[in-house]
Amino acid sequence: MARVVLEVRDVTKRFGGLVAVRDMVFDVHQNEVLGIIGPNGSGKSTMINMISGTFPPSAGSIRLNGQEIAGKPAHRIARQGVARTFQLVRLLPELSVVENVVAGAAFGHRQRWGAEAESFARQLLERVGMGRQVNMPVSSLTYINTKRVELARALACEPEVLLLDEWLAGLNPTELETGIDLIKSLRDDGRTIILVEHVMDAIRSLCDRCVVMSSGAKIAEGTPADVLSDTEVIRAYLGADEDA
Amino acid sequence: MITLRDIRNLLLAAAALGLAALLPFYDSGYILSIATTMAMFTVLATSWALFSGPTHYISLSTAAFFGLGTFVTGLGFQTLPRGRLPLIAAGIGAVLAAVVGLVTLRLSGVYFVIFTLGLAELVRQLVTWVQNRTGQRGMYVLTSITERDIYWQLIGLAALVFLLGWLIGRSRLGFALRIIGNDETVAKHSGIDTAMAKIVLFMNSGAVAAVVGALLAPRYIYIEPSTAFAPILSFQVVIMALLGGTGRLWGPLAGVIPFTILWEFISRHAPNQTLLLLGVAFLLIVYVLPGGFVGLYDRLRRRFGAWGQ
Repeated sequence: MARVVLEVRDVTKRFGGLVAVRDMVFDVHQNEVLGIIGPNGSGKSTMINMISGTFPPSAGSIRLNGQEIAGKPAHRIARQGVARTFQLVRLLPELSVVENVVAGAAFGHRQRWGAEAESFARQLLERVGMGRQVNMPVSSLTYINTKRVELARALACEPEVLLLDEWLAGLNPTELETGIDLIKSLRDDGRTIILVEHVMDAIRSLCDRCVVMSSGAKIAEGTPADVLSDTEVIRAYLGADEDA
Repeated sequence: MITLRDIRNLLLAAAALGLAALLPFYDSGYILSIATTMAMFTVLATSWALFSGPTHYISLSTAAFFGLGTFVTGLGFQTLPRGRLPLIAAGIGAVLAAVVGLVTLRLSGVYFVIFTLGLAELVRQLVTWVQNRTGQRGMYVLTSITERDIYWQLIGLAALVFLLGWLIGRSRLGFALRIIGNDETVAKHSGIDTAMAKIVLFMNSGAVAAVVGALLAPRYIYIEPSTAFAPILSFQVVIMALLGGTGRLWGPLAGVIPFTILWEFISRHAPNQTLLLLGVAFLLIVYVLPGGFVGLYDRLRRRFGAWGQ
């Protein structure tokens, strides 16, 4: 088995009296695409936010290449090699498309600046399928292209782990196909990715393994085929028998 | 990398500053007095915009730093070497800005504005309190420094601030600030130490405002807290910078010149109506000139094509 890049151990997050994530344990291996799935409100985004440093866990440990990152500020974690996209796309509206990507390259895990950063950004934009629109203002982009730019910005950090928080959400069927192919090609590049996703097709075709969360706890872990046929998982998604 | 355009801009700026420096030979009375005021506001508004322009953090604390600077000169001009006073003021301004920055820069939007406004008042009250305890009142700053000296010092300081702004604009720090101004969450997750970047720039504008205060103290002759820390100064700086526009380095200057002339004109003919000018300028910025004169210039250029093409 490949080397463990990210190690999550007994991570818990409480918001006041509400336990959003409870004793989560999982590993992410190098070159692996791990899906975190589960019904709405099951704590997936909270988990992602703790890994990326949006807020600290209440308890537990998160290690990146053996180094503790739990509770560190987001910019430190980013420099150590975690890059992310956001559930609701966040671009920098006053910056051009290229500058948006340079923003990821200039301060992230492997820092680039000046002409080198710009050519790297252009290369990545090409990579995500945005070769021609690099000088356009961000406001004129189509929805899928805003997602592409955000993805390129995350890639520009050259992260050890890439977090995609519902990157495929909101795409129409044609775009979805393009999107899945794009993520697949990133996987083939050997990137390590954590994917929070609702789209079942994407989970089946992209994830090597899945962690299923329900009410903040892990209820299953394994290959997509295995977990999606797990009775507890089905119950979590479709409700208990008495509700059905 | 320095391009031909950079060299041209640097030469133009140097020529403009050199020309401005010749003014005292032309007139040493009324015009010099207005020019000194303009130079003062140019330095204050430009350094203010270096921080507040890209980050959109509106600071109303200029008066606090400026007032401290005047008191450094007021307290030290008889005992300390004159050249050292602005440096001491810069140090005190930077330290105060760092402390304030650490406490407040996590506040956003209107909370930050209110706090910085309160800061000037807080410092003023503290100074007044100390003066009452020690039995002091205001102080006289009687020196042989002339308006002309002050003007030249301000022009020199302006050159320094413009150079600094130009360098920051090209640096990773400048880029980081633009990202922070656009989306602070993205900035953090892209690896930017947002608190540090903001504090560094806030310290810069605090230090510069304190130096301006230290240089200008001899002009006021008599210094007391209520005038040295007058909050109107903070508002003037903000309005001038926004009127000119913070999108370019020369933006605040484009606001300072017309505003100072108008202000001077109104305070001579209708001294009670200066606040009205402040209000009207503010309305103008909000409703007509959201990007200031710089924004207008950019819009016109986009409509009619670039010059010379």
